[in-house]
Amino acid sequence: MAALGPAEWQAISVTFRLCLYTTLILLTLATPLAWWLAQGRSTVRVIIQAVVALPLVLPPTVLGFYLLIVLGPRGVVGETLQNLGLHHLAFSFEGILVASVLYSMPFAVQPLTEAFRNLGRRPVEVASSLGAGVVDRFRTVIFPLTRGGFLVAATLTFAHTLGEFGVILMLGGSIPGETKVLSVLIYDHAEAMNYDAAHSLSLMLLVFAFATLFVVYSINRRFAVAKL
Amino acid sequence: MTLYIRARLSYGEDFELKVDSELPLKGVTALFGRSGCGKTTLLRIIAGLERIQGAAVRFGDQHWQQGRNFIPLHKRRIGLVFQEHSLLPHLSVRENLLYGYRRTPEPLRRLHPPEVTAMLGIDDLLERRIDQLSGGQRQRVSLGRALLISPQLLLLDEPLAALDTQTKREIMPFLSRMATESEVPIIMVSHAPDEVERLADWVAFMHEGQIQLTESLRHALARPHSPLFDDAGAVSVLEGCLGETVEDGLRLFGSPGTQLWVPDFDQSRRQPSQNQQTADQRTLRLRILARDVSLSLDDPHRISIQNHLLVTIERIDPPHNNRIVVACRTANQQLLLAEVTPRAVKQLGLAPGQHLFALIKSVALLE
Repeated sequence: MAALGPAEWQAISVTFRLCLYTTLILLTLATPLAWWLAQGRSTVRVIIQAVVALPLVLPPTVLGFYLLIVLGPRGVVGETLQNLGLHHLAFSFEGILVASVLYSMPFAVQPLTEAFRNLGRRPVEVASSLGAGVVDRFRTVIFPLTRGGFLVAATLTFAHTLGEFGVILMLGGSIPGETKVLSVLIYDHAEAMNYDAAHSLSLMLLVFAFATLFVVYSINRRFAVAKL
Repeated sequence: MTLYIRARLSYGEDFELKVDSELPLKGVTALFGRSGCGKTTLLRIIAGLERIQGAAVRFGDQHWQQGRNFIPLHKRRIGLVFQEHSLLPHLSVRENLLYGYRRTPEPLRRLHPPEVTAMLGIDDLLERRIDQLSGGQRQRVSLGRALLISPQLLLLDEPLAALDTQTKREIMPFLSRMATESEVPIIMVSHAPDEVERLADWVAFMHEGQIQLTESLRHALARPHSPLFDDAGAVSVLEGCLGETVEDGLRLFGSPGTQLWVPDFDQSRRQPSQNQQTADQRTLRLRILARDVSLSLDDPHRISIQNHLLVTIERIDPPHNNRIVVACRTANQQLLLAEVTPRAVKQLGLAPGQHLFALIKSVALLE
């Protein structure tokens, strides 16, 4: 096992920022989406639910490939950005951030949808009748009663983004400080037969992932018991 | 002041709601009908929990829903009480009670925690967690919480349906006291005639998604085949106050000329009232089954039945299942129904306008 060098620290920093931003963005986007999904089982909802769950079954390379086409210099989004005087999103941190948000979407949306379904509409109706507006209801009733779901959503999103590889490689390549995340660096090390370096990073990720999940499930178990 | 509702809604082919009615906003109005007749849906439309296209809801001169104009529930100031318990589980009893009170602008607060908790007998529960309350206590806290927003209107969706008989008996007095003391108009969904007879001032009869008729309870009970009458047949409700006189475990009820002996219930069960009125001066209701009332041309003295009232026959209904309901007026103009056989009508020569004695075998005090 080798000590961590500047390249490793750089990759850790990119990875951490990617995971953090992805989690924050996803919780913001997934909350209203999951709320809407939890309100019924209409055909439109089923379609959206299937679209959200796609990254669970698609090979990451497929998602990465299409994102490369859309976000790249000749894609719809990439070209529009360039026309606006901005940079296209292929091979950039912003690009892999967009990819992560899409790729980890089911891990944020599904636990939240489940939590909102379990909550039911009654507490929300009660809060409305007692004079609480939308934001007030979310802050004082919905969030406190579903925080277990939020915790699971945040952790799974973070941990899943940590393990992202194929999508990033397709869309972001391996640019140090920009798109070279830990999983890509481990791949590079292994390719270069630098097993010691690959091992220390792999072990670190393994321990971190396990610790995170362990903490979450312990806390969640306490929530489940307290709710009874 | 009235509540105007117009709504049309259909679920598939089985059910259609079609309402274009005004409900009184004075005292307690019961939405009465069988399960599945659309009572709860109508209540949810009034509350703004269901937003039906083309519906209109007008409370007095406030347009709650009209065209594209829709005032959300949290701005309507409606107190809601549901069938099953709906307290917020992450808050204590006190926090539940204050949740709406704190969100009510100060100038609009008419009801305050001390009087409400005393009225509902929940003073000792304030620090408890929700899961430490019994079913009846939970429902009382729900009522208190709804009252503490000083609502313009209270909507109760079968508030007693999920409770056992014992608990129901425990809550009833609080409900009727709330109705008389809070001065908030109440609309209550119910399918139980005894709840309606006890609490309601008005009854809106619902059948297959339509309000067929809205009338006062008095009128509803005066009809020959009122939908309020169930298997036990016709029922009359007499109003009056409890007197001071107690003899042999019976207490005098009503005003001179229409006095009845009723079972004197346990004094310890009576809760002190916060308002000026004491329990004794409040108007109470007696429920009398028509089949428990016999008619006699003279006043029999050597008889076990204690309650004899001089009444005047107002109406004799046509026979139904070989029984005839005779509607009589008491001395203070209340309606008392007696159920007799066609043979008895013939033998006694009963006719409208005739004076005679009603012998009442049993009464139930709706307290």
